[in-house]
Amino acid sequence: METFQPVLLEAVGVPNGHTLASYLARGGYAPLKRLLAEKKPADVVELVKASGLRGRGGAGFSTGLKWTFLPKDHTGPIYLCINADESEPGTFNNRILMEDDPHQVIEGIILSAFATRASTAYIYLRYEYPRSWDRLQAAIDEAYAAGYLGPNIQGSGFSLDIYLHRGAAASICGEETGLIESLEGKRAWPRIKPPFPAVEGLFKQPTVVNNIETMACVAQIARRGVEWFRSIGVPADPKNPRDPGSYGPKLYCLSGHVEKPGCYEAPLGITVRELVDHFGGGVWKGRRAKAAIPGGISMGLLTEAEFDTPLDFSGPSKVGCLGLGTAAVVVLDETVSMIDFLHNSCRFFAHESCGQCTPCREGTSWSLRMLERIKQGKGRLIDLDLLLEIGNTMGMMPGSTICGLADGAAWPIKNAIKKFHGEFADFIRRTNPDGWMVTEPVPALAILGSHAS
Amino acid sequence: MIATKNFLTPEMIAQIEALAPRYPNRRALTLPALHIVNDALRYVPLEAVIEIADVLGLAPADVQDTLSFYAFFPQDKPAGEVRAWVCRSISCALRGGEQVLEHLCQAAGIEPGGTSADGAITVEAAECLGACDFAPCMLANKDLYKNLTPETAAAFLRDVRSRVTAD
Ligand SMILES: Cc1cc2nc3c(=O)[nH]c(=O)nc-3n(C[C@H](O)[C@H](O)[C@H](O)COP(=O)(O)O)c2cc1C
Ligand code: SF4
Ligand code: FES
Repeated sequence: METFQPVLLEAVGVPNGHTLASYLARGGYAPLKRLLAEKKPADVVELVKASGLRGRGGAGFSTGLKWTFLPKDHTGPIYLCINADESEPGTFNNRILMEDDPHQVIEGIILSAFATRASTAYIYLRYEYPRSWDRLQAAIDEAYAAGYLGPNIQGSGFSLDIYLHRGAAASICGEETGLIESLEGKRAWPRIKPPFPAVEGLFKQPTVVNNIETMACVAQIARRGVEWFRSIGVPADPKNPRDPGSYGPKLYCLSGHVEKPGCYEAPLGITVRELVDHFGGGVWKGRRAKAAIPGGISMGLLTEAEFDTPLDFSGPSKVGCLGLGTAAVVVLDETVSMIDFLHNSCRFFAHESCGQCTPCREGTSWSLRMLERIKQGKGRLIDLDLLLEIGNTMGMMPGSTICGLADGAAWPIKNAIKKFHGEFADFIRRTNPDGWMVTEPVPALAILGSHAS
Repeated sequence: MIATKNFLTPEMIAQIEALAPRYPNRRALTLPALHIVNDALRYVPLEAVIEIADVLGLAPADVQDTLSFYAFFPQDKPAGEVRAWVCRSISCALRGGEQVLEHLCQAAGIEPGGTSADGAITVEAAECLGACDFAPCMLANKDLYKNLTPETAAAFLRDVRSRVTAD
């Protein structure tokens, strides 16, 4: 780990690293020229498949395999949508890639479009990233001028246009079918699957949705090769035939109560403790850590005792978390109240639920109301059971919702209450000495100071 | 066809039309068109929605349906000259984001989502701005304000007010 050289973040800190000149000087676009001249689309799909690259947007699905789901004999257009909606709390690696090395992202997009036979790629960029917008647009303009975009790229006969599309501050547009609906000009209501986007996606055509960091990985695989990529990370578990392994470098976003928050590149499988000590300068103010979210708030919580869990695609789920998610690690120090943490989490999901599915719409809103009640000293112990019931019943895992936002809302609830049950129970007993044991239904409280809607 | 438009200028319509070749149908222009109008007017009143629908060949209800989903485009009155989004999500909250939001609102004399009486500023509670490495942070128009404290937030507000009264 000490000797690991950042690759995805190579341009960070390089003067004018975001420009075409700098990217070319670092060897950029040479792999694209070579592959376009020598290879067929299917070869590039095979290359990415062989690398073992798994999507970096949260679900960790094999990128090459996803591309093979596109129909082989389709005569109409195929679309590539690049997901730059990045709005999982704690996550900012896509922003760094777009601002500091936009050409790396664009080279990955061109290669991926070539592989999937798409001739139009839309980058769905969240509204909150105006600087990424400017950097990407400038890089796209440079790429057109240099013949890396547009018709007949580098004389290969392959043509591609990339367009930026601006979101409007709704995080559900990050869910791939919500993104597609939003791009089509509609409310961003995730679609019931199947059909999956590969079969019927944007404008009813076969569509691939991939994350920005996934695109940067594709560019690096093209440049450095499959062997290089597979030499990094955690190999497949031979005892588990369903584990495809966790290969390659990963951008970990570290924030919260550490001395040096930031985006750090490390081999997949680094632990929270290593991240905090090696990159983060330790827990801030010389305090002790109490917990951390392992990969964006949707993934749940690790207790301090679980900080040695490897942050690869299968590590966090072994300790009850939802998964690796976006690999955004947020550290909570010993002074943090878990009630405040969970209230913040519930408020986020109540605000971001798109409202289509009753368990998600009602579950996120009621869990927020209950946390409000607990915070105001009117909690009852039975509320913890009710919260767990909500957590256990909403989501794609229990099969009650259309998309995974509800699972993301459920996991922090389940993890916080199970892993910190004593703290919740003590708080309720202490702040509501006369009513903590009440079990009859109680009227709802108005939501105070939460601005839930 | 509505002959004259009260809100959409020929420039705005030209901006919308310039994007049309990017999409296979005109409905996909809805969000870009809403942004173009909102960038210029700082709100998208109902009448402008009708005009956008007219330009795109859609029913006004289609455009309004989309607009209302995002809770992003003000409809009753323009947002302030500066629209400030203060993050309240977890990484910022852990480092004092909620206090910054409260302080800024108090100093501006508004609730989150409100606009100051002089029209200088709208303060919004935002979910994660994707800048947690600079928590607590705020996006004001196109500028990211990093590692805020109640003091730097107050200084920011003074600066906004002096700029707005100056012009
Ligand atoms: C509620 C929700 C929000 C999501 N937000 C994002 C996002 O902001 N960015 C992203 O790349 N993927 C997001 N995803 C995952 C996408 O649905 C999709 O799996 C991903 O973009 C695929 O890209 P990848 O295979 O390259 O990871 C989200 C999923 C859910 C359920
Ligand atoms: S799970 Fe929630 S966010 Fe996802 S579609 Fe259903 S209501 Fe919308
Ligand atoms: S939590 Fe505030 S920017 Fe991410």
